[in-house]
Amino acid sequence: MTEDKTKAVTENILASYEPEQGKLIPVLLEVQSSFGYLPKQAISRVAEFLGLDEGHIYSVASFYTQFRLKPVGRQRLTVCLGTSCYIHGAPQILTELEKATEIKDGETSADMAYTLESVACIGCCALAPVLRINGSVHGEMTPQRVKEVLPARDGGSS
Amino acid sequence: MAPEQRKILVCQGTGCVSCGGEQIQASLIEEINKLNLDGDLEVKRTGCHGFCQRGPIMVIEPEGIFYSKLKPSDVPEIAHSLIPGESPVKRLLYQDSTIKQPALTYHDIPFYYKQQRTVLRNCGKIDPEDIEDALHTGGYQALEAVLREMTPEQVIEEVKRSGLRGLGGAGFPAGRKWEAARRAPGDPKYVICNADEGDPGAFQDRSLLEGDPHSVLEGMAIAAYAVGASHGYIYVRAEYPLAVNRLRTAIGQARDRGFLGKGICESGFDFDVEIFQGAGAFVCGESTALTESIEGKRGWPKPFPRPRTTESGLRGKPTLLNNVKTLANIPLIISHGWEWFAGRGTDTSKGTAIFSLTGKVVNSGLIEVPMGTRLRDIIYDIGGGIPGGRAFKAVQTGGPSGGCLPRDMLNMPVDFASLAAAGSMMGSGGMVVMDQDTCMVDVAHYFLDFTRKESCGQCIPCRVGAKQMFDILDGIVNREGRPGDIELLEELGRSISRTSLCGLGQTAANPVLSTIRYFRDEYEAHIYDKECPAGTCRAYL
Repeated sequence: MTEDKTKAVTENILASYEPEQGKLIPVLLEVQSSFGYLPKQAISRVAEFLGLDEGHIYSVASFYTQFRLKPVGRQRLTVCLGTSCYIHGAPQILTELEKATEIKDGETSADMAYTLESVACIGCCALAPVLRINGSVHGEMTPQRVKEVLPARDGGSS
Repeated sequence: MAPEQRKILVCQGTGCVSCGGEQIQASLIEEINKLNLDGDLEVKRTGCHGFCQRGPIMVIEPEGIFYSKLKPSDVPEIAHSLIPGESPVKRLLYQDSTIKQPALTYHDIPFYYKQQRTVLRNCGKIDPEDIEDALHTGGYQALEAVLREMTPEQVIEEVKRSGLRGLGGAGFPAGRKWEAARRAPGDPKYVICNADEGDPGAFQDRSLLEGDPHSVLEGMAIAAYAVGASHGYIYVRAEYPLAVNRLRTAIGQARDRGFLGKGICESGFDFDVEIFQGAGAFVCGESTALTESIEGKRGWPKPFPRPRTTESGLRGKPTLLNNVKTLANIPLIISHGWEWFAGRGTDTSKGTAIFSLTGKVVNSGLIEVPMGTRLRDIIYDIGGGIPGGRAFKAVQTGGPSGGCLPRDMLNMPVDFASLAAAGSMMGSGGMVVMDQDTCMVDVAHYFLDFTRKESCGQCIPCRVGAKQMFDILDGIVNREGRPGDIELLEELGRSISRTSLCGLGQTAANPVLSTIRYFRDEYEAHIYDKECPAGTCRAYL
């Protein structure tokens, strides 16, 4: 996204908020849902709008696990490591995905095809272990099924 | 009187949606239209029906015919069975090893009939996106009665007498908290519903919000009237998009009907609710961290000495903070009276407990039982025991703040006092069953990994202590355990519990201390015999 476009999208988001500190987290969540992460220019503009130091925004953004300061891949692979998923073998699902995508937990591939991440719990514990791919949940995963559900690098099915 | 119209309820809780519940509903509507049955039947979306592991779930009322694990290819057959005079689809009925023949209705399934679903009474029965449904089942009648007939003091008295305790984990008497918020000077006052269900292995708050959001809103409005608040927040975990959407819809509909906003139910009482989405921080379940978060800051618990949140909470104003389940109990207490509520449970824990029953158990899902029900009854009667002929090893309650209880405690009643005395806690309601293949040292390692990552970093005992404990556990699971490690873990655990700033730190050592208390032999096997008895720690394979 160009710098101008980033600015325009950010302005558009800010238009519906009051300029007060209490709006920081809602604003950041909305910025992130537009860009997939928090771009530097957007953070500068949010800081200016809410009357906060950029440092404060980085401090908040780095505190909460939802926020990302780097762009995400086209396929966002989220492995749940909740207790139920964990004892049903979620670590093996993660290992299998690391092999298949050639990236580690928390990384994005150089071609921006995949982002691999683990989360503490998505609340689908009865379907453990669970893998979420761009918002859709795949329950009762097995290491063998990882390749079946993993989308191809170009976004089509593998 | 005409026979009751048949309703086909298709579960669309997060679990069922993730395995295709929406598609099942859409194709059922299509098939029913093809058969010209649409005039006689109503197909309805509902929230979580509870038996999440068997999703997608469909229930046909009034009979209660129960179909589970549905595939789109099953739908034409189901539609055909709905023609008057046709019989249910036998092959799709529920069957397990404990019942002789397939269960025709969910009333015949032990997972359901051994429960007492009162707070969850509407989950899986009503359309959470249609306020009419909530109103048909008595929704907002308690609020109307309160505004018409009761003073705030009378409401507080009713809640106090009921014995309701906070169901978010700590179990503080709800009525006393309300009274403190009522008495605290300050204006405005706030009511916050804590739906920041951050414990891994728990989804009961989410299911309630997704299945019956109006009961929570009604509870909030009654609480607001009682304490004199005009504004409320629901702090929802960001990982729960469906709950957020359904709440948003419910709030809009409640405003349109005059149950939220100015002059509620034509009284002089004003109260409105706003959703605040969290951004992923376990510590924000702690009251002072949560209010900091709403103020746009890091979720850091406030240091002691500090005033109570009821005196000085959000923006320094008196704030009542209650968990989702606590608030959902309120309309019931008002409608049925405190005696009814206090009639169930134990001496010190009244009412029901809601658990997310998961892990190595045959039936997993969302359950509700009276306080004081034995662990054994939950795990074996409702949960159906351990799958695959494996042996039960432990049950974990209270998430990262709780503990693991062994086989010989299965007869223990589930209530606040018993769980705490056993070194665990009620917590928010996660209940994870573990079998012989689960290594208890690895479980402790898992929870400490969680806690050290989620530590807000303010106080040294939690920030450094949890890391130290994690490092020792990491050594043990990686075949580098040394004599003295167990004793050191115990010592560290005790000092972290005593000296940490907030509840997260004070309870962080529980998973370690409880597993050492009940499964010390497993720690010793790793350290001295260089063996992982469960056979899961990779370094020992």
